Amino acid sequence: MKKTDSNLSRRSFLKVSSLSGGGMMLGISWFASAKPLESLGELNIEPVWQEVTSFIKIASDNSIKIFSPNPEFGQNVMTSLPMLIAEELDVDWKQVEVEQGNYDPKAFPRQFTGGSQGIRMAWKQLRTVGSAARQMILTAASQAWNLPVTELTTANGMVTHAFSGKSETYGTFAAAAAKLPVPKDIVLKGNQSFRLIGTPQKNVVAPKIVQGKPLFGMDYREAGMLYAMTERPPAFGMQLKSFDATAAKKMPGIVDIFPIKVYNDDHKFAGFDTRAFNEVIAIVGKSTWDVMNARKKLKAVWEVAPEKKEMGQNGQERTIPAGLESTKKHYAQMLEMDKKPGKIERRDGDPEKAFGEAKHVIERTYTAPFLAHNIMEPTNTFAHFVGDKVRFVAPIQIPDFMVPSMVARLGIPKENISIELARMGGGFGRRAYGHYMIEAALISKQANAPIKLIYTREDDVSGGTYRPMYQLTYRAAFDENKKLIAFHAKGGGVPESPLHANRFPAGAIDNYLAESWVIPSNITIAAFRAPRSNFNAAAEQSFLDEISEYMGKDPIAFRLELLQRAKDNPVGKTNDYDASRYMGVLELVREKSGWGKPENAGKKRGVSAYFCHNSYAAQVIDLRVKGDQVTVDQVTTALDCGVVVNPEGAKNMAEGAAIDGIGNALFGQLTLTEGRTDQRNFDTYRMIRHNEAPKKIDVHFVKNEIDPTGLGEPPFPPIFGAVANALYKATGKRFYQQPFQPQLKA
Amino acid sequence: MIKKYSVKINQKVHQVEADENMPLLWVLRDILGMEGTKYGCGVGSCGACTVHLNGEAVRSCQLPISALAGTEITTIEGLSAKGDHPVQKAWVDVDVAQCGYCQSGQIMSAAALLKNNPNPTEEDIENFMTGNICRCGTYTRIKKAIQLAATK
Repeated sequence: MKKTDSNLSRRSFLKVSSLSGGGMMLGISWFASAKPLESLGELNIEPVWQEVTSFIKIASDNSIKIFSPNPEFGQNVMTSLPMLIAEELDVDWKQVEVEQGNYDPKAFPRQFTGGSQGIRMAWKQLRTVGSAARQMILTAASQAWNLPVTELTTANGMVTHAFSGKSETYGTFAAAAAKLPVPKDIVLKGNQSFRLIGTPQKNVVAPKIVQGKPLFGMDYREAGMLYAMTERPPAFGMQLKSFDATAAKKMPGIVDIFPIKVYNDDHKFAGFDTRAFNEVIAIVGKSTWDVMNARKKLKAVWEVAPEKKEMGQNGQERTIPAGLESTKKHYAQMLEMDKKPGKIERRDGDPEKAFGEAKHVIERTYTAPFLAHNIMEPTNTFAHFVGDKVRFVAPIQIPDFMVPSMVARLGIPKENISIELARMGGGFGRRAYGHYMIEAALISKQANAPIKLIYTREDDVSGGTYRPMYQLTYRAAFDENKKLIAFHAKGGGVPESPLHANRFPAGAIDNYLAESWVIPSNITIAAFRAPRSNFNAAAEQSFLDEISEYMGKDPIAFRLELLQRAKDNPVGKTNDYDASRYMGVLELVREKSGWGKPENAGKKRGVSAYFCHNSYAAQVIDLRVKGDQVTVDQVTTALDCGVVVNPEGAKNMAEGAAIDGIGNALFGQLTLTEGRTDQRNFDTYRMIRHNEAPKKIDVHFVKNEIDPTGLGEPPFPPIFGAVANALYKATGKRFYQQPFQPQLKA
Repeated sequence: MIKKYSVKINQKVHQVEADENMPLLWVLRDILGMEGTKYGCGVGSCGACTVHLNGEAVRSCQLPISALAGTEITTIEGLSAKGDHPVQKAWVDVDVAQCGYCQSGQIMSAAALLKNNPNPTEEDIENFMTGNICRCGTYTRIKKAIQLAATK
């Protein structure tokens, strides 16, 4: 048994209250003194100190309800977060009912889905909640039975006195426990005592999912609700000039058509306010089909938009260039930028001198296109604006980020905004950008009715907020003995650089230079599963593969050699990663994949490893290529994300990350011609399908006692590099441009 | 043009007034309030809206209501009374779902596959299920679940 961090305890204050019908409800709140989150750094927003609360309910009939605070988009926190509470509460998992909490910053901590931080941030907090409730029930039992608390034990929601054989349910004591002061010293179980954490548990929502229950925002409906869509400019860089809705308004079921302005002209933009088009035309009708048909009759005139300035909340003005942009031109611009000096992000030793003295230099340039999120449930939100209040049922990853923007645009206090958190049919970063909630609220207000705003798939694919386009050029310098003496990474993108200057192989090479650049654009971008990392891993891990071949070294042995250097004698002071954990996943994947074993000699395999979101992942992929068809036989994943709370859900995440990554590496691309996306739906946007998924995926976790780190994102980036490296083995050709599959010859 | 239609869905006949071109998907979702059938793409490319038409898996977004006379439709709501169809049970056992949005369509496709081909090979499963997209990447679990359901 160990005590929680004393700082944390001193800062905490717990709240307990009685339930009607006799029972207890426990809340705990404190100011989390979390370190700045790496994920937040990745998303370029300031870390905040937040009040943290969470609660459980125990009724007198011993039914136990645990609220899951975080928005759910398939990462399965509705199972894993309540498991943390149930572990310390010492209840039978089967008797726990889980419910999604609504948006309620006073009641819940950190209702935040993004950056793979859900479990990491809840690890001590939610266990403390469970432990406090258990201790209070024990105290109530000790008083009721007039027995010392030290003689009582708990298990499966029962309090037992072994000497006398007395045993009663938690529910028996819940009402009395609710009147007790909350304990000051809250003791958490040692990891060895876990009975639930670390055991595979099935998704608690699965029975509803398999029956198609209306869990999603798209499924929400209520009496009097109207359906709405928005018509937007057909291309980035265009804006609304005028429109004629006469014919469209005459279409069956159409209630109203009007323009809305998403943000005020003087809006101060926060990081997640991104939206592609500010003025759109809302079409409101009685059914989705009515609205879809009326849209076709709408006569809108669009014009090329001028250059725009947007003021950020940070006081910095951002220029959004005018023009109709094209992918072809973006690629040419990126190559141009590569020739100019970049912004120096890190410099160790004397890289210029080392490159000057090098006997051999390998230079390679890697690129990747925009990617659309392709959340399977298209963007939507229910909103009902009445008086000065608005009620949402919304699929939204980080409601806290949108509320201030809603306050600014809707002119109502934040207390007048209520949000029911709908299950999200995927998110991957897309639903962190909640402009659609503002759109829905404005439409409801104007239409004076409850409305459900729906984006069609075409709206979703063509309407912006994409994974940026990226490019990275790596140069490696070697001496006469083929020893790596210097390394240079120069990366940029449209309109964001992917560079993580302080990540591996920084720290492992004496002479190191990292530079970045950006190309401003009017194409809007968003976080996309493991932002920046999803490209870095592909480029860096391909490059390391190629230079290890030049040096005549095994690719895993070469990486381990670099990591050993970073571990023993790191270069520079700021290295983001833990070399030992990095080595751990490489060693595990080497063992589990039978890397280098004679029986695998004929396999076309590639390896890759990456660190992001505080975790470490390594993958080996085995594939075959026939013509332009790629068959993936097996993926072996090794992951170090600390203690694994729910191995079943964790494996599912890691499997999905591999499939998602293989799909995006082979097929994923969103291209533009004159500002218009060339892909608008799944008939033109190529997604990975059943027959292209790996035949087998093995997931292995490094077993350790480290508090949980990220899981949803870390196994996604490295697979891109593994695919490229295996394709090289299969075809004899290196792949530098994503997506890879179109470069194969039928 | 708005017309009156009678459609048989999950053994029950519904009278519906709708535009003749309105796809079954929107009849189900907006008019009948049966929202287990999901909208994914509207062009028959993702399979999220899969239902059974006379026992065969079809994309309901591509089926105008005017074409449904004399047919029997089964949706995810009608696949079983209590979510205990072997495919649904296998989906829970294998813990297939992540976000879950595409799974109604996946399950309806899988149930149709097994009805016509009770012992599918891996290749049969891959080929039959190719029209159903899952961005979360649950394909390998879906295959496992179909193989499990085939043993029941």
